[in-house]
Amino acid sequence: MSETNLYERYHRQTILPGFGAEGQQKLLRAKVFVVGAGGLGCPVLQYLTAAGVGTIGIADDDLVALNNLHRQVLYSVNDIGLSKAERAADILRQLNPEITITPHNNRITTQNALALFEHFDIIIDGTDNFAARYMINDACVLLKKSLVYGAISQFEGQVSVFKNQDDDDVNYRDIFPDPPKDGEVPNCAEAGVLGVLPGIVGTMMASETIKIITGIGASLTNQLLTFNALTNQVHQFSISAGRETHSQVPKTSSEFLNIDYDWLCSSSGKDEEIDAETFIRLIEKGNVDVIDVREPHELPTANEFPNIRIPLGQLTNNTNGIEADSVITFCQTGSRSLRAVKILKSIFGESKKIYSLRGGILEWKRRIKHYERKKT
Amino acid sequence: MGLHIILFGRLADIAGSSVIVNAVADTDSLISALHKTYPALAESKYVIAVDKRVITSNTLLSENSVVALLPPFSGG
Repeated sequence: MSETNLYERYHRQTILPGFGAEGQQKLLRAKVFVVGAGGLGCPVLQYLTAAGVGTIGIADDDLVALNNLHRQVLYSVNDIGLSKAERAADILRQLNPEITITPHNNRITTQNALALFEHFDIIIDGTDNFAARYMINDACVLLKKSLVYGAISQFEGQVSVFKNQDDDDVNYRDIFPDPPKDGEVPNCAEAGVLGVLPGIVGTMMASETIKIITGIGASLTNQLLTFNALTNQVHQFSISAGRETHSQVPKTSSEFLNIDYDWLCSSSGKDEEIDAETFIRLIEKGNVDVIDVREPHELPTANEFPNIRIPLGQLTNNTNGIEADSVITFCQTGSRSLRAVKILKSIFGESKKIYSLRGGILEWKRRIKHYERKKT
Repeated sequence: MGLHIILFGRLADIAGSSVIVNAVADTDSLISALHKTYPALAESKYVIAVDKRVITSNTLLSENSVVALLPPFSGG
């Protein structure tokens, strides 16, 4: 883009006192990584793209679903079943083709977090579970990367900034030292969320990010801000860095790799996986469609129970025949069928119960022999 | 005069978003009194702030202290 167009595009913010062409240059040079392109991620991404943050990474392994659209305002009905990270990147490039946007269609894990975060200045946590939040926090403390935190529930939100530059800087564990266990704190799917709430909280997160990059104003460093959409009440709490919480954060990358964050918060989402015995019980109960998501040539064939074969790659466009209230997917080892569960959930939402057979057909064949022997 | 307690998130469903309780000496005695009145609070995860500062250990309360109970949110 020509100098004149750049000048024109960002004119209304560069004329702000304290911002100027220098602030704009800082934004264009900045590299921000957004984890989660959902309710919080959408407004964060839109505003950072519009403001001209030069390099933006987006990580999300989820697919767009109909029940996302009331709050995840980047997407439309045409995006249902498609990758959030990739759709977000395409849509944002139309908003601002002058910046670099890289989608990562993967879940952030201990295995890839450090390598991905290393290339960025600021990390933004727009995830939806505690395991990811504690993991992202620890990765940022370890790498000394600033982290912009936001979280929501029903009508309320929280925002904070963790600078992670020296020992006095507060991190997420200074506010919430103990990771909650599964079911202790309900998520959006269970408790509900007002659609505009992540819009407001995510926009606050984008605002904090722009302030840190350009150095204007006072950021929420060592502060926790709470917002209530029903009462319009805003509270701000100061937080101190605790020596004990710093000792909980892994000190080296190998220590980090060895932490099982899913176990720490026991939120591995394993409830969609069923074992062979539950599988048999569900089939006996009836009103269930079983789908083999393997390729046509894959063996062994599953002829012990009625099933239809729809290879994973063709699943999105071939769901017309799925009529029962419960759906069980299986593949060879149980990993493709987990992806199938995601695709089907994005299409059917909560209207069907959708499961994946743990261990796939191979494990099932092994178990069924054992099961038959037990019965006789 | 009693102590003013503000509750956030799901904690407000248990005890209301704002309650006044009889003055007590410190946060430990306040929490045990609250758990007695609202047993569901004892099952919940939250942090305590006194006069707009998040605390990590037992803290003395004055007559005009405002105490906030803040649960973590996971949603995004």
